[in-house]
Amino acid sequence: MAGSIIQYVLYLTILVALAIPLGAYIKRVMYGEKTTFSKIFTPCERAVYKVLRIKGDEDMTWKQYLVSILIFSGIGFVFLFLLQLLQGVLPGNPQGLGGVNWDLSFNTAASFVTNTNWQAYSGEATLSYLTQALGLTVQNFVSAATGIAVLFALIRGFTKVKEKGLGSFWVDMTRIIVQILLPLNLAITLLLVGGGVVQSLKSAETVTLLEPVAVSAEGEILEDAVIDLAAKTVSVDGKIVSDAEIVTEQFVPLGPAASQIAIKQTGTNGGGFFGVNSAHPLENPSAFTNLIEMISLLLIPAALCFTFGKAVQNKKQGTAIFLAMFLMLAAALGVLAVNEQNAATALSENSAVDVSMADQAGGNMEGKESRFGIVASATWAAFTTAASNGSVNSMHDSYTPLGGMVQMLQMQLGEVIFGGVGCGLYGMLAFAILTVFIAGLMVGRTPEFLGKKIEPYEMKWAVLMCLATPIAILVGSGAAAMVPEVAQSLNNSGAHGFSELLYAFSSAGGNNGSAFAGFNANTVFLDVSLGLVMLFARFLPIAGTLAIAGSLAGKKRIAMTAGTLSTTNGMFVFLLIFVVLLIGALSFFPALALGPLAEFFGGIA
Amino acid sequence: MKTAKEILSRAAGLFLIFTLLCGVAYTGIVTGFAQVLFPNQANGSIIEADGVKYGSELLGQTYTDDAHLWGRIMNLDVTTYQDADGDTLLYSAPSNLSPTSEEYAALIAARVEKIRGANPAMDEKAIPVDLVTCSGSGLDPHISPAAAEYQVARIAAASNKSEAKIREIIAACTTGKFLGIFGEETVNVLETNLMLDGILPA
Repeated sequence: MAGSIIQYVLYLTILVALAIPLGAYIKRVMYGEKTTFSKIFTPCERAVYKVLRIKGDEDMTWKQYLVSILIFSGIGFVFLFLLQLLQGVLPGNPQGLGGVNWDLSFNTAASFVTNTNWQAYSGEATLSYLTQALGLTVQNFVSAATGIAVLFALIRGFTKVKEKGLGSFWVDMTRIIVQILLPLNLAITLLLVGGGVVQSLKSAETVTLLEPVAVSAEGEILEDAVIDLAAKTVSVDGKIVSDAEIVTEQFVPLGPAASQIAIKQTGTNGGGFFGVNSAHPLENPSAFTNLIEMISLLLIPAALCFTFGKAVQNKKQGTAIFLAMFLMLAAALGVLAVNEQNAATALSENSAVDVSMADQAGGNMEGKESRFGIVASATWAAFTTAASNGSVNSMHDSYTPLGGMVQMLQMQLGEVIFGGVGCGLYGMLAFAILTVFIAGLMVGRTPEFLGKKIEPYEMKWAVLMCLATPIAILVGSGAAAMVPEVAQSLNNSGAHGFSELLYAFSSAGGNNGSAFAGFNANTVFLDVSLGLVMLFARFLPIAGTLAIAGSLAGKKRIAMTAGTLSTTNGMFVFLLIFVVLLIGALSFFPALALGPLAEFFGGIA
Repeated sequence: MKTAKEILSRAAGLFLIFTLLCGVAYTGIVTGFAQVLFPNQANGSIIEADGVKYGSELLGQTYTDDAHLWGRIMNLDVTTYQDADGDTLLYSAPSNLSPTSEEYAALIAARVEKIRGANPAMDEKAIPVDLVTCSGSGLDPHISPAAAEYQVARIAAASNKSEAKIREIIAACTTGKFLGIFGEETVNVLETNLMLDGILPA
């Protein structure tokens, strides 16, 4: 018990201890200041500008910045869509996999361009190495960089006075990728491979099974069969089953996995190289690799809070926002930890099953790996749903009802508890604008934030940003619930079946990408509808953020007075959390009542 | 004022450069380093003895022999993968079942009955949870020390080894928590069985 608590505390401590220096580094890079690595990276950055004739001091208006993002993302989308359709005739395909059908290609392209990385497929059975490396790995980098770039455009909106420009999207992207993401991921990848993650261009291995398995002609496993390997016969209860097949070999998938796994974690992408993501022992083989993957999952989103404080020259503001996020994360982690360790009553089977912590992790081990146990699984689940990452090291579908509800709720709150790289923080700043507005109404003053007046124009966009996620999730899951064929996609019945559907749309609407994975999302209707939800929930807030940034940059800075509402004290942190929870609770209580809450109370009755 | 055409050509150029940097150069360099520095890990941690590839150290297999250590419950997949000759290859997937459902309770009850039947020496002792649950990957190569200890008497009865010898093998295949803190203590099931069978030196 004490050991578990120490583990939980250390995970959070290591995260914060690494996030603070990284936050400072990111700030220096983005403002073109000197860093320890400038000598190596700055020439690389300049080389990119030279080849493309990009001017380092270009200053885009918010509309130009937005159009650049849309066109850049559009190119990435089309490229990834075509790459999947055509992978069957392209090289880099040692498994000889065929092209992906159009609806799944659309879904996956939308998913990776929007930094969601929802996966309606299993990587090892569907995608060629070329598609993984040239398509998915690249989108992992650029979609993450896009989120961070938009955040910096917003920061410039706060810091610039009576100007039009928000900086250059091209310069921001190049700096983020060349100076931050590439070096960080090179280092992480090597640690992961050393820890046992595969990184190979060879085709998959086949190995001999210690105990062969008999399979009937119908594809059923013959559990009590006696296998005679010499005579190649299978007998059940003394009778020979003539058409049974003896399976003597196991499939061992390979591929350029570690390189993609590093960026899937650091870029809050979350798309697994293999179908079961970081639960797969070749994607996350040990407690060591798990520690690295799990910390890198929240590292940049947490670091950006401190970057923000430095960039707006108000470190306390960065800390206040960090605290609001951190407190909500800690609360979510607490609920998950307690529920999973206590396990479900069905599991203890009238005390025939030992769920204690004696020489084992104990608790609800369904869908969890032995090497991670409850602590590392629950912590990952809390981190990944907070961070809009969506990678998993345990199967969320098999969590207890309240554990599953916390995962869903973190996504439904708009992915602002750290959230995706960049997008989590700009989403949270929209909530901060909403908070100063509400607080301003209460004390009867014009709302202002970081020296800029908040007026109707900013408010309209901020409200749209805060409501984009609830609208996307509720409209999407509501519509899907009316489609009869969707019922066939469910893996569980009753309230938990509804939870699977709600989770899918929460994941898409929050640009998270994790799943209650029993849900079969690869149907034409679900591929297309989830794809559209992801695109809406990604690009509407980006447009809102840039519009607000453009408007704020043009305003004069107003002096702080005694009457100015402080946005850095404990009261503001409390109000911010309150507003986030209020909007989430009001929007989602009815839906949650039909899913996880119904399942929870059904279990008690 | 920039035209959309200018933005388009710049976006396309940048996308091409990032594809070359992140898709080709980064993946290629990392693969090169991995193959040179960690050839075993980078290629699936395959256990090879006398020229036979006896599985991956990191992928679980399924066992029903009383003289072998049993692992996590596997949800076997015999439909997705075939080798070049069309022969079925074994793989496995998670259950994704809700632990509160009636269907699940029935599954657990059946597993409890089967495991109790196979381990008469343990009588009414509660079964460690690892042995009745499916893992997150469906391919978990490990079980907890408690789950291994539960099977020692059965393995001893079915093989000609003493319980002390079996415990010694299990201990040799046990990995502690990382730095004594992170993750859980685990027993590698395939390695244990290869030592029990004398394929790997115990």
